[in-house]
Amino acid sequence: MSTVLNGLYYSESHEWVKVEGNVAIVGITDYAQHALGNIVYVDMPEVDDEVAKEEDFGAVESTKAASDLISPVSGNVIEVNEALQDNPELINENAFENWIMKVEMSDASELEGLMDAAAYEAFCANEH
Amino acid sequence: MKYYDRLIFELSKEGRTGYSLPRNPWKQSTNDIPAELQRTTDTGLPQVDELGVVRHYTNLSNMNFGVDTGFYPLGSCTMKYNPKINEEMAGLNGFKNLHPLQPAETAQGALELYYELNRSLATITGMAECTLNPFAGAHGELTGLMIMRQYHLLRGDLKRTKVIVPDSAHGTNPASAAVCGLDVVEVKSRPDGTIDIESLRSVLDDTIAGIMMTNPNTLGLFETRILEIAKMVHDCGGLLYYDGANMNPLLGRCRPGDMGFDILHLNLHKTFSTPHGGGGPGAGAVGVAAHLTEYLPNPRVVRTADGRYEAVTGKDAIGQVSGFLGNYAVLQRAYTYILALGKEYIRYAGPLATLNANYIKEELKGDYKLPIDTLCKHEFVFDGLADTSTGVTTLDIAKRLLDYGYHAPTIYFPLLFHQSIMIEPTETESLETIDSFIAIMKKIAEEALTMPDELKTAPHNTPVRRLDETTAAKNPILTYTELKNQAE
Repeated sequence: MSTVLNGLYYSESHEWVKVEGNVAIVGITDYAQHALGNIVYVDMPEVDDEVAKEEDFGAVESTKAASDLISPVSGNVIEVNEALQDNPELINENAFENWIMKVEMSDASELEGLMDAAAYEAFCANEH
Repeated sequence: MKYYDRLIFELSKEGRTGYSLPRNPWKQSTNDIPAELQRTTDTGLPQVDELGVVRHYTNLSNMNFGVDTGFYPLGSCTMKYNPKINEEMAGLNGFKNLHPLQPAETAQGALELYYELNRSLATITGMAECTLNPFAGAHGELTGLMIMRQYHLLRGDLKRTKVIVPDSAHGTNPASAAVCGLDVVEVKSRPDGTIDIESLRSVLDDTIAGIMMTNPNTLGLFETRILEIAKMVHDCGGLLYYDGANMNPLLGRCRPGDMGFDILHLNLHKTFSTPHGGGGPGAGAVGVAAHLTEYLPNPRVVRTADGRYEAVTGKDAIGQVSGFLGNYAVLQRAYTYILALGKEYIRYAGPLATLNANYIKEELKGDYKLPIDTLCKHEFVFDGLADTSTGVTTLDIAKRLLDYGYHAPTIYFPLLFHQSIMIEPTETESLETIDSFIAIMKKIAEEALTMPDELKTAPHNTPVRRLDETTAAKNPILTYTELKNQAE
């Protein structure tokens, strides 16, 4: 019932990445927002923060649970989605439109370890 | 349940009082307090007469739900009955009128109780000594981790800054580690919630201070490879911390100390029948193995050679974690519980709690989805309804239970499943109570198919209907001042 978009990269911890040049736009998937339920807070990094692949860069809190955000790429944060500060529920409304951070990637080859839409869809089907 | 939602501030009437202060026999007056320390604005305290106060709090208490009013199957919380003899013993004059600053020679009985409870808990858990000073479970965790850190620090082993926490752990574990200044390393669980040994092996090195574990784990399953895990962690130089939230099924049957744990905390308000939900206060005793006793927080209570009791401090102690000797009145209740059951009967608490949990699980597993179908210990987890075709969720089930007069179980924890319902009946419930609960759970599963909308809008028979949790989390109004400001 959750949506998966073609043309994006996906991580096993349910983040998506959209690549524009050397910039990775990162958010959480529709599957993740469904599982979390009503999101009440997004803890985001700050501009100029260094993020590292497979390390946490923030957290999402819902009425059910708090969950770490795991960065799918390494690099420098160049922009965060300020709108989520006051309206974290935007992610529930559209998880793919409401990105969380933009990262200037330090190693674009890290994208190779991520899944494409078809692989991610199969991955979610196997999650209990 | 009668609905009552007044705040005592709303009852306030200018000039109304229910007290008169005695004449001040001392010559002090507020003029003796330096001007800069004196309040210049009105305190804004409510002005209410005695009857008004009595009615207000009685009406509020009538809306309370506790073990004394109904079944409370809150997973991981061990909401067992709190026997009234506990209250009687805590109410004895000799205890009730103690002052924490009175000389030790006038409080020997109180210190003896502390010492004896300490010995009992150490024996039950297989540890060398406990501190009973921490105020609650998470406070015990922090105390235990401070002891872990002190052990490494005083050995000059400064590299050990990481604590391993399984991803199925209670949320307080990583939180306590972070508060203690340690970094958290998460290890994955296998589908049954037990630790993935290979994933654990891969993170063990000389930066590991220790591991925090619960056994039986969050799914109520015993970690059968615990001895192997203990050896691995010890071989790398780390310590094992036992979260005592799930100690109940082990009482008098097996001991964390024998499994290889070095430090543990016990929630006296869970396992040892002191008051819990509905107000606490808690008590989080911490036990340690023999090589760690010198780090226990101050003060420790010791028995001298001539049979006297003293509160002493140690130079390698982590310091003081609470005022005096913790929530002392809670300790009296826990000690009463242990003496009332004695070593002959305390060992029946676990098997009876385990029987109750397995009975409910087996009766309901056709109606609810049981992800791990095996014998459990004191609790187990369903993953929502077996038939989810009408879209009824775990939240709806929990809310519907309120309509039928039951406290809701723990929901959406553990995170291993999307629709977790965690049920822990405890040993103190009768077969009739448990059968009634099973009947209602079956009825709810049926209602989910025949009248799903009724469930999605539940509860219907409670003082308030379904709460807006999103707004409550995003925009909490926690004081009367905030409420007034919002109204204006």
